[in-house]
Amino acid sequence: MNLSKDLMAASSTPLVLGILADGESYGYDIAKKVEQLSGGALNWTDGMLYPLLHRLEQQGFLEARWRVAESGRKRKYYALTDLGKRSLREQQQQWQLITQTLSRIWNNTQQPAGALRDGHFA
Amino acid sequence: MATSPEKPFNSDAQIAAWRQYLEQHRAITAVDADELEDHLRADMERLQQGGLSADEAFLIASKRLGKLDSVAREYAEVHSRRLWQHLVYSQPEQGHGWYRELFVVLVLAIAAAIAIKLPDLTGWVPYNDNYADLFYPQNLALFGLPFIGAYFVIKRQLGLHGWLLLSGASLLLSLAVNAYPFVDYADTLMLSAIHVPIALWFVIGMCYTGNFWQSQSRRMDFIRFSGEFAIYYVLIALGGGVLTAVTIGLFSFIGFDIDVLVATWILPCGAMGALVIAAYLVEAKQSLLESMAPVLTRVFTPLFVIVLVTLIITMLLTGQSFALEREVLIGLDILLVVVLGLLLYGVSSRDPHRAPGLFDALQWLLVSAALLLDLIALMAISGRLFEFGFSANRVAALGENLILLFSLSGYAWHYWHFLRRKQGFNALEQWQTAMIPVYVVWALVVVIVLPPLFSFS
Repeated sequence: MNLSKDLMAASSTPLVLGILADGESYGYDIAKKVEQLSGGALNWTDGMLYPLLHRLEQQGFLEARWRVAESGRKRKYYALTDLGKRSLREQQQQWQLITQTLSRIWNNTQQPAGALRDGHFA
Repeated sequence: MATSPEKPFNSDAQIAAWRQYLEQHRAITAVDADELEDHLRADMERLQQGGLSADEAFLIASKRLGKLDSVAREYAEVHSRRLWQHLVYSQPEQGHGWYRELFVVLVLAIAAAIAIKLPDLTGWVPYNDNYADLFYPQNLALFGLPFIGAYFVIKRQLGLHGWLLLSGASLLLSLAVNAYPFVDYADTLMLSAIHVPIALWFVIGMCYTGNFWQSQSRRMDFIRFSGEFAIYYVLIALGGGVLTAVTIGLFSFIGFDIDVLVATWILPCGAMGALVIAAYLVEAKQSLLESMAPVLTRVFTPLFVIVLVTLIITMLLTGQSFALEREVLIGLDILLVVVLGLLLYGVSSRDPHRAPGLFDALQWLLVSAALLLDLIALMAISGRLFEFGFSANRVAALGENLILLFSLSGYAWHYWHFLRRKQGFNALEQWQTAMIPVYVVWALVVVIVLPPLFSFS
């Protein structure tokens, strides 16, 4: 699916932070995880991931260090900082609010009476 | 198949070529290329495990990384410090484009040099007037700075909008300076002469950014430009000073006295022309200063910290802090403005990726000391306000110190949080660029509102 540019820009930060919440990782791995978790529907231009990672590093959300991978190549690993964890929590709440609201709106329009009877709003 | 066997695909050579293309972009460093290459190779390995050949894997993996030019532009936006201008605004210098720019620069420099002599030659300066000797001091900025602006309007291809902005702003300011009916040697006139360059410099900044102050990274570039411009200008002035001194000396040996010629022609024309030349040098040869200027700030920041702290301690010990003389107050304000300049440049020349270190702690100390001095100055000013009432000078000083108080508090706050790793460095950068319009608005208030308010005295 092709997301609009704005939505792509807005969602990429929580996606990256969320994946790194499981522990440090590197660019290729992050891109692959996004692809897997979205069932292949979200495909980024991989090259754009790195400027984003660098920006998050500048903002103090990520910390980077170089390691040598099993392949023998240098590889840059990113990990969340405390600031990044806090920002992730905030963004999680915001996105949950949006998705909940949207799904309620859409449920209501599809089955106007159903949602209330289910007791979701009671 | 009957076709001749293809040359075996050499993936290392292909990747090397790909990487070379990548590194042509000034925004991408070798380390970034390492990171992208690792991605490319990881993707290729996976594709090859899936059964693709090396050349197919290379094609797909490099395509997935995206168009290298747009990726590089994205890097440029994030890492403005690295590239300055070369990526987005101009192509690598090649062929006759280089001559054309030099030609524009020389024409503008000569025009600036002529402009400063024009009023003199055509008799615009009303020498029978009482304050004829103030004509040049009050208009000085208006002669030289618009030509720097013109250079950037041309270089960034801003077109009509750029020309309108530049000429409109210059006209407005020169009207405020020359058409206001100032009393002879009015304080408000001196104040506006000091503040006009600040407003004009901001107009240059709007042209410099190429998009009328729209993007954060370009604003930071402009602050960097300003610092390096100052350094280049001082270097040129020093060189020019030595050269003219030697020339005067040599001519006096052979019996010619050229002091007057130097004072009326060489000095003013040279000083104006050098403005455009310095701007050009920062643009063209910035890599020369890139490593030197941050070193200068590193040398001067500790020295300023020592000076400020000594000053505070002396003031507190001698109890002089609350009744500062007028001259001391002026000196203090000049010192604070210089510290702010150092701070602006120090922030803009720092690599935002580096973790907080000793130098940042030192910067924080500098900000805090300046903040304390500013408070002392504010106390002294309010003391004088209560004692002598309002005057243009006191209001200007009060405004300046209040703005400094606000700005420095922000710096102190952001540095503190940065040092304690509560936020990234870019919060500081944003504070820095957000404050610049505040300084400019205050400068405009002093130039345009203050003179009528104090009936041009």
